[in-house]
Amino acid sequence: MSSPDTALVQTTGSPQRLVDMVFRLREYGIIVVLVVFIAVTTGIQPRFLGQQNIKFVLLNATIFALLALGETMVVVSRQMDLSVGSVLGLSAYVSSNLFGQVHGIPIPVVFLAGVGIGLVCGVVNGAITAFARVPGLVVTLATLYIIRGVDISIVGGGEVVASSLPAHFSAIGSDSVVGIPYVTMCVAVVIAAGTYSLRSFRAGRELYAIGSNPDAARLVGIPIARRVFSAYVASGAIAGLAGVIWASFYGTVDSTAGTGYELTVVTAVVVGGVAIFGGSGSAAGAAFGALLLSTIATALYALGVSPFWDPAFDGLLLVLAITLDRGIAVRLAEVMRKRTFRHEP
Amino acid sequence: MTAGGTAPGDATGSYHGAVHQREGEPSADDVQPAALEEASGLDLGAPVLVLEHATKSFGAVHALVDGDIELRPGETHGLVGENGAGKSTLVKVLAGVHRPDSGRLVVNGREMMLDGPAASRAVGIAVIHQEASVFPDLSVAENVFIGREPLRGGRRIDFKTMNEEIAVIVDRLGVRLDPRRIARGLSVADQQIMEIAKALSLNASIIVMDEPTASLSAHEVDRLFEMIELLRRDGTAVLFISHRLHEVFDICQRVTVMRDGSHVFTRPLAGLVADDLVQAMVGREVVDRPAAGGQQIGDVVLAVERLSREGVFSDVSFDVHAGEIVVLAGLVGSGRSEVARAIFGIDRRDAGGVLINGRPLRSGSPTDAIAAGVGFVPEDRRQQGLVMAMAIDRNISLASYDHLKRRGFIWGALERSFATDWASRLRLKYGRLSGNASTLSGGNQQKLVLAKWLGRNPSLLIVDEPTRGIDVATKAEVHRLLERLAAEEGVAVLMISSELPEVLRMGNRTLVMREGRLVAQFSHSEASEERIVAAATGQTELASDPVTTDAVGHGTP
Repeated sequence: MSSPDTALVQTTGSPQRLVDMVFRLREYGIIVVLVVFIAVTTGIQPRFLGQQNIKFVLLNATIFALLALGETMVVVSRQMDLSVGSVLGLSAYVSSNLFGQVHGIPIPVVFLAGVGIGLVCGVVNGAITAFARVPGLVVTLATLYIIRGVDISIVGGGEVVASSLPAHFSAIGSDSVVGIPYVTMCVAVVIAAGTYSLRSFRAGRELYAIGSNPDAARLVGIPIARRVFSAYVASGAIAGLAGVIWASFYGTVDSTAGTGYELTVVTAVVVGGVAIFGGSGSAAGAAFGALLLSTIATALYALGVSPFWDPAFDGLLLVLAITLDRGIAVRLAEVMRKRTFRHEP
Repeated sequence: MTAGGTAPGDATGSYHGAVHQREGEPSADDVQPAALEEASGLDLGAPVLVLEHATKSFGAVHALVDGDIELRPGETHGLVGENGAGKSTLVKVLAGVHRPDSGRLVVNGREMMLDGPAASRAVGIAVIHQEASVFPDLSVAENVFIGREPLRGGRRIDFKTMNEEIAVIVDRLGVRLDPRRIARGLSVADQQIMEIAKALSLNASIIVMDEPTASLSAHEVDRLFEMIELLRRDGTAVLFISHRLHEVFDICQRVTVMRDGSHVFTRPLAGLVADDLVQAMVGREVVDRPAAGGQQIGDVVLAVERLSREGVFSDVSFDVHAGEIVVLAGLVGSGRSEVARAIFGIDRRDAGGVLINGRPLRSGSPTDAIAAGVGFVPEDRRQQGLVMAMAIDRNISLASYDHLKRRGFIWGALERSFATDWASRLRLKYGRLSGNASTLSGGNQQKLVLAKWLGRNPSLLIVDEPTRGIDVATKAEVHRLLERLAAEEGVAVLMISSELPEVLRMGNRTLVMREGRLVAQFSHSEASEERIVAAATGQTELASDPVTTDAVGHGTP
């Protein structure tokens, strides 16, 4: 430990720690922003922290945080899933419509149906991306329209109305303990489990490896196609699950359910610290990203700002997050290039 | 450098003269390890790996024609050869990345096929690739154990065991490297330590290092060599690939020379001198050298003054005159292309200046360079030289919109006649001018890039590897074209080439770069393959030997 005589030792010294710290700060930064934002809003409008308001924010964030879990798996491996909004819409309609078609159908079966629909969509996305090697961005842009088209043709002019749903199903969103909805707690547990799995299982770590350096991943023999395929299947299944929850929240489901959600989800993921070109970030971070977006939307309303400004704020946040990431990366590359040079005697 | 143990050089005296040609002399092969063992106290057993007559082609390119390598436990084995001699392909065969088209591989006495990187690892081969295969977002420990992490209950990754195992290995190597930190920002030296740690954790009996010293400082090289010695003394066979011949002499016991995809010889290093290796690497007859041209050399067109880009190249100064072809020679990665990019303004320079016809260029502005009359034909014509999905005529006119504009619009008729004119002047072979650039053959694509710049009447043309991957006939045509441009039009040409016959043929002057510095300069008559290779690989005693060689003095400290 006390041999400062080599260049090798230098590089693991204190400037390096600084770099590490910057990256870790990026992950926790989102929580800090969230806390500051809530504090400022509450300062101006104390009613913002009212129980009803908190519940509203949490429910709103729940769907997006769940979708962000699946999206994180895909983005981390340097891909993208733009079809989640359409998958959610299809699953929401088909699953909730089952209550009207099959009398007395158990709620778990409805959930399974929703997940199954998402799974099938994910298999299609994953197979085309991973095995036919078409960029996932384009594949899911196409399936975004295709799945929405299927949804519209199934729904026709009709819709599922809240009165056709069993009371237990509609209560999923309203039952809560100390102001926190049950479903939010369940989703939080799922996200925690997902974050842990991505971190602690080989398959999860290999997704990060693929996104971090695809060429190196090939050199060490990681089954890239299989991993990417699994990520899409997981994202699809999760979007299917989110569809059923969506139906229970809103009660009224027509063919526009979940339209445009994909962009909000990608925004949440990136704002939450997942690198847009893969390799780093966590599902928990992405969930906080979703919570932040949801908080901002509600806060603007509470502060009396026109809700029309909401998308502009989301966009601003996205630009800030990406600029910050990019800035760090460029700065770091520069520092490293010069440092290597200074080692020359 | 090494703490105790047997330095490779010890054997030199007693072993001198035992050189033999490996091919066709199997009996000598059997005698040799015993002799070596006796002479130096090395424990060289039966070969741990033998690769014989391996071939590998990529389309029409024969990357490996006759790849042979034999490694014995407890030896560091050098592998040398020019750019494109097939070294990296051979490494990728051993790594299981490329499957050879034919040939025989025997590892630990068992004949086998490697059908992937995992198979290669499983038989105890660890490869440290030239392009670092680092996952920047994963921790050091994860990088080392990727794909084979230790597991605990529920098949979860056991981070604790992983970090502990690495700590032990890193300790054994005598370095400090935190297993938990992410790999992003690690120096190249540290990345290599990480790769060596990977090899150790695999318990690899064979470690292949593809140019591990290419971007290390002298001190880091020493450190690496200590580790290689450590591994060797533990009985590991190390295959060490380097362009720096003195390094091969420093740490290797035997050396294999490759040329044009084939095995030339395998010999003990004791008794060899650097010149033997250079001769074997070059090996071919020098052909196709026209008499030093009777060109009229005019005024200075390009003046490069103490150009530096930190960590890439430094203190590069030279001139190119009107009507002159100056070739930048050197190994891949010596900084030649980077200098060209900095002159043209694609990369910013950190210090120094570039003057065209006496007028300084702004740093980092290709627009400025083009306005001053510089044309740049990049190394990668498909990615950087052409817009492949754009019509041929539009590619030609791409740099000449100023001439083709009337009242602010580009006139189609003007553009087409301009393109037709240049296409016929360069004898471009095409189907339709409105067809995409991608419809042309490689050689014609290169002519297309040239046509784009010639349309501007450049005073300086920078061409980076202009004939790579081009058939022989078109190649000769490109050569003649460049010569004519210089001789008849008085264009100053700065050419980068890795192909020695081309360097010798084309260069009125040849500048040699090594590790980011200009190290030698030869006139057309002084230049020879041996001298250029010697200068490029750092065998300077040979380079500066018998005849006048003005080493380009400005840059050396």
